[in-house]
Amino acid sequence: MPEHDIALMAHLLRRAGFGASRAEIEAKAAQGYEAALAELLNPSSQPPIDEDLMLRYHPTYNHAGAIEINTQLWVYRMINSPRQLQEKMSLFWHMIFCAGHSKIDSGEEMGRMIGMFREHGMGNFRDLLVRLSTNPGMMYYLDNSESHKANLNENFGRELLELFSVGVGKDEEFNYSEDDVKACAHAFTGWNVAPAYPPFPYGRSPWQFRFDPADHDDGVKTFMGETGPWNGDDIIEIICKQPGTARYLSRHLYSFFVADEVPVPSWRQTPPKDPETIEKLEKAYFDSGYDLTEMLRVLFNSEGFKNARFAKVKNPAEMVVGTMRLVGEHRDEIKPGLFEISQEPKYMGMDLMNPPTVEGWHTGHEWIDSGTLVERINFAADYLGQTHLEGNQTMISNLMGQGASLSPQQFVEGCIDQVGCLNITDDTRQELLAHVQRGGDLSHGNDAERSEFVRRSGEMFQMLAATSEFQFE
Amino acid sequence: MVSTKKDNVLAVLSLSGGNDGLNTVIPYNSGLYRDYRPTLSIAENQVIPLNDELGLHPTMAPLKRFWDAGKLAIFLGIGYPSPSYSHFRSMDIWHTCEPDKVGVEGWLGQVIKEIDPNAENVLTGVNFGRGLPRALAKEGVPVASVGNLETYGLLTGIEGEDQRAQALDVFGRMYGPTIGSSYTLDYIRRTGTDALKGADILATAPDKYTSKVEYSATAIGQYMKNIAQTHLAEFGTRVLFTTSPYNGFDTHANQASDHARLWTDVSNTVETFFEDLRDHQASDNVLLFMFSEFGRRIVDNGSGTDHGASSVAFVVGEHVKGGVYGTYPSLEPSEQEEGGNLKSSMDFRSVYTTILEDWMHMDPVPIVGGNYEKIPFL
Repeated sequence: MPEHDIALMAHLLRRAGFGASRAEIEAKAAQGYEAALAELLNPSSQPPIDEDLMLRYHPTYNHAGAIEINTQLWVYRMINSPRQLQEKMSLFWHMIFCAGHSKIDSGEEMGRMIGMFREHGMGNFRDLLVRLSTNPGMMYYLDNSESHKANLNENFGRELLELFSVGVGKDEEFNYSEDDVKACAHAFTGWNVAPAYPPFPYGRSPWQFRFDPADHDDGVKTFMGETGPWNGDDIIEIICKQPGTARYLSRHLYSFFVADEVPVPSWRQTPPKDPETIEKLEKAYFDSGYDLTEMLRVLFNSEGFKNARFAKVKNPAEMVVGTMRLVGEHRDEIKPGLFEISQEPKYMGMDLMNPPTVEGWHTGHEWIDSGTLVERINFAADYLGQTHLEGNQTMISNLMGQGASLSPQQFVEGCIDQVGCLNITDDTRQELLAHVQRGGDLSHGNDAERSEFVRRSGEMFQMLAATSEFQFE
Repeated sequence: MVSTKKDNVLAVLSLSGGNDGLNTVIPYNSGLYRDYRPTLSIAENQVIPLNDELGLHPTMAPLKRFWDAGKLAIFLGIGYPSPSYSHFRSMDIWHTCEPDKVGVEGWLGQVIKEIDPNAENVLTGVNFGRGLPRALAKEGVPVASVGNLETYGLLTGIEGEDQRAQALDVFGRMYGPTIGSSYTLDYIRRTGTDALKGADILATAPDKYTSKVEYSATAIGQYMKNIAQTHLAEFGTRVLFTTSPYNGFDTHANQASDHARLWTDVSNTVETFFEDLRDHQASDNVLLFMFSEFGRRIVDNGSGTDHGASSVAFVVGEHVKGGVYGTYPSLEPSEQEEGGNLKSSMDFRSVYTTILEDWMHMDPVPIVGGNYEKIPFL
């Protein structure tokens, strides 16, 4: 199989999912890009994850209130879901439609919100915005439960426009005015949750969305140039028609799936990195009637995507889950240690289900500081060095399969290829090569040679995990 | 600016989970206290009296010795207006001084930036524990988070000392400056070089350290030992932070035994810590601040207590003017915070303001977000 196909498939599976083992990458590459992409875009073509298995081992996880259990279940899903793009999209939406446990204070509500992203995150954007605006956790997080006909709270109305749909502006123009924010907030009065917070004295029961007509302002409003007795769903209808919404959504998809963009607050003044791909995505948005799967189809088929290998810094979830999938740990079987794995993204600066603010995490190189880099390197190197793990064993036997004896150069190139077809710079290559040269050629003719081959492979995998290049996705 | 040994140092121990202030500094003569705590009140003859009204939990004898020496300041009714009963939110408020909106910059992150604006010393601030508490978060401020000082470093998963040393050698060269690479790659390499430098320096701390004292084997004991080791190693570290783990002070049930165990550990550890520093003539410039994100409900639930509002906080140090500061919140039903809690009578930002201005010698206003009355404990 051409090396190019494998590298391209590795790229697709990293981006449209959480990566894969070498064996999986090769199998998918044999299927071809088109077939693999078709599977990813159609989650129901794949079996759902066997959640019953998890709950059989951990019956108390059912409707668990603790945040730690809900993040653990989610990380388990990221590692194991056969519907990888669907799970990746639930992370995508969590990073845009930010609501956090620090205020919501219920792991179960956070789990339900992520479940909604999972179920509807590849559907129609308009429907998704309606679901978001009727999500009790979000309504509480952005104080819409405190927004009344007589006493307006603009928080949700503003963030719906600024962060969740149309964005502040594009091509240096502003997309909406302060009056639009107020009209939007008025239209969403009465969109509330029940039972009311705080959950005293009887404790918490799951929230439901509740529309309270008596608390809804049904007066005439002018919103983005259209006048009428708008309710929240009318507002969403108007939002979805805006070219700004197409642009904002396209840039988010690009920044998450293709290449790191400048931070969101500069999008009004800074044109897209790759205007051609953005234009294609905007067109797909309108042509399909706001269908997210159609936008993803255009995105993953674009040359802009295919050529953007390692153009993104891995986010902590990608680092942790991708490493698990590559080395074959915590896959399918339920065993101790999953809790610790699910906490790792937090140590790397991404407390899942608890983004720092409604603006979400700062991405790109801002994932990395001297504390988080140590966590990232040590985590990945630790697992890539465990040569008994299935994924690592496959990579080692593939290396052995390249010949009875490998020169240091062949060995270094083989390792770079096996650990995800990495894009290693020349200066890093030289250092790795110099290190391997000190140990000479590698062969595996007898037990002693074999065990030295395995040891040196594990060592090289660890060094690759420690490179600056490995921080990219 | 490179720090010298004489610069003042702030150590913070976060008692996470919500410490029951009412059973920590106890209004032992109050009839209402006895009424509200049918299961969990501490008997008068067990309380360690500080004065005619207030006494410490029976496990806090070591802290009482600091009190007797005039080196323990106790803050009563500490909190902030409109309390949050969520651990995470309330801790964030203490960490960021932003009770009304969600803040991203930690107060100590800003302190570190003020001390070392160009991040010349990667160890100006060090956290002990995995993951960075928001108190220390600020863009462009490198803070090491050390899970275990004895084993801290890069590539700790590599077995064999020689092999790890070789790998680190390769690492150091792989992260050397590059020519013509992207901004992000260059940034990551600079960060990696900083991290390696920080780890190399920190790794020397346990070897340099000798001590006559023995810390408890608990997480609190070991992290406070790590703080002492780092301070004694004279790396120029000015801010040291750690957290009592697992939200341990969240005593909804079995409070009597859990709370006693925790305060035995904290009190003994604080005494051991200062003894250790004194043995090395290094206690003079250290201030230890202990706080919790909230207190607990006035009435007990038969086995424990639920989330409450204001609590107590402590500062220990050689230059502290010992004593009780503030007034104890009233237990009268009409004076309680909503839901049966102790109403805050002192804003935590007053304590921060005092520490920042009189100990760290910097302008507190931009850090705490306003003017707060100082409390004369320094």
